[in-house]
Amino acid sequence: MCLAIPMKLVKIEGNKGIVELSGVKKEVSLDLLGEVEIGDYLIIHAGFAIEKLNEEEAKKTLAIWEEIGTLQKQ
Amino acid sequence: MKYITEYRNKNLSRKIADKINNALKGYKGKISLMEVCGTHTHSIFRSGIMSLLSDKIEHLSGPGCPVCVTPNKYIDTAIAYSRLPEVIITTFGDMIKVPGSSSSLEKEKAGGGKVKIVYSPLESLEIARSNPEKKIIFLGVGFETTAPLVASTILTANEKKIKNFFVLSGHKLIPPAMMALLESGEIKIDGFICPGHVSTIIGETPYYPIVKKFGIPSVIVGFEPIDILEGIEMLVRQIAENEKPKVENQYKRVVRSEGNEKALSLIDKVFEVKDSVWRGLGLLPKSGLYIKKAYSEFDAQKKINVEIEKTKTHAKCICGKVLCGTKKPYECELYGKSCTPENPIGPCMVSSEGTCAAYYKFKK
Repeated sequence: MCLAIPMKLVKIEGNKGIVELSGVKKEVSLDLLGEVEIGDYLIIHAGFAIEKLNEEEAKKTLAIWEEIGTLQKQ
Repeated sequence: MKYITEYRNKNLSRKIADKINNALKGYKGKISLMEVCGTHTHSIFRSGIMSLLSDKIEHLSGPGCPVCVTPNKYIDTAIAYSRLPEVIITTFGDMIKVPGSSSSLEKEKAGGGKVKIVYSPLESLEIARSNPEKKIIFLGVGFETTAPLVASTILTANEKKIKNFFVLSGHKLIPPAMMALLESGEIKIDGFICPGHVSTIIGETPYYPIVKKFGIPSVIVGFEPIDILEGIEMLVRQIAENEKPKVENQYKRVVRSEGNEKALSLIDKVFEVKDSVWRGLGLLPKSGLYIKKAYSEFDAQKKINVEIEKTKTHAKCICGKVLCGTKKPYECELYGKSCTPENPIGPCMVSSEGTCAAYYKFKK
């Protein structure tokens, strides 16, 4: 039931948003979120955005592992 | 796909797996890790990540599939409602094949019962508007991830004065089920892979009692292979290196420690927490969400009377034990023989999130 793929917010109309992934667009409710901006990546569940993806944290996780890999090679 | 492809990187997966396997080199015995989320179950099987890991790690699936833990009585109630001429049932797709005591919504639909599959609970409101002479009952099945959506839908119906929309609430809460499994003492669990999207709503706090009372490390984990491996690495570090058990959050890009406060406030506004019956686990205290009195006009059970048949369960189906992690699907004599995804006998084989369905699809 959980769709774990973040979709990009491309339009906001009141409490509704249009999200996009690989050209496919979908209308979602923004009722469960605070402030959002065009360009934010949202986690969608059954027609509702349930959270905004934190891009800083997303990059951090990957960077830590990349670094470990580099250290191991040295 | 941004924020997806990077988390499926094979080289990175191997790096993390190596780190886990190294940490386990001197460890004696096995580590049993349980996930409590149907999406994790399928992601683990689909990605094949367990094949990268030491056989000292045992993977268990817990009661994380909402459809599977829904007891027969709920399904029988939904079936009975679908037989009322004035009712249209709206539901997520995976409910319709689930067998009740003597029928399923799919069979009722084939026999003329009005059952519509919806992607979002909000679609039920549109169906209600275009069918003013009918009563629309949405089957509210799901954990903390789904409950706020249904709460929001009820509030919208209230605001827009839609009088022919109802919810049959079967919503359940995950942390009480985790506690119940540990309290039963029937199964050895060394660490929990906590569900990513349930945690998106509830945050980290509800897992603290699990760590405090039972000393079981609990890590909130995302759904991609890198996420799950990193989550396992965090658990293994706590267990094998004898760290003080704690709640950790691997899925920080989505889960905030305080959770989604807006969603939590919607749950609190519409629902109250009471005891609830789970398939396999029985009656668990304070584990279910029921519609509050202030919104009882939307509560199907309060507003629409129906007679329900006597509940029966299939004598040989061990779905309840599979949900508790005490039996594996292949230990069931029905598995893969008379019970398949095309012709399921128990809900664990029906749902795309069910453990039996995952074993059948990926292992056979």
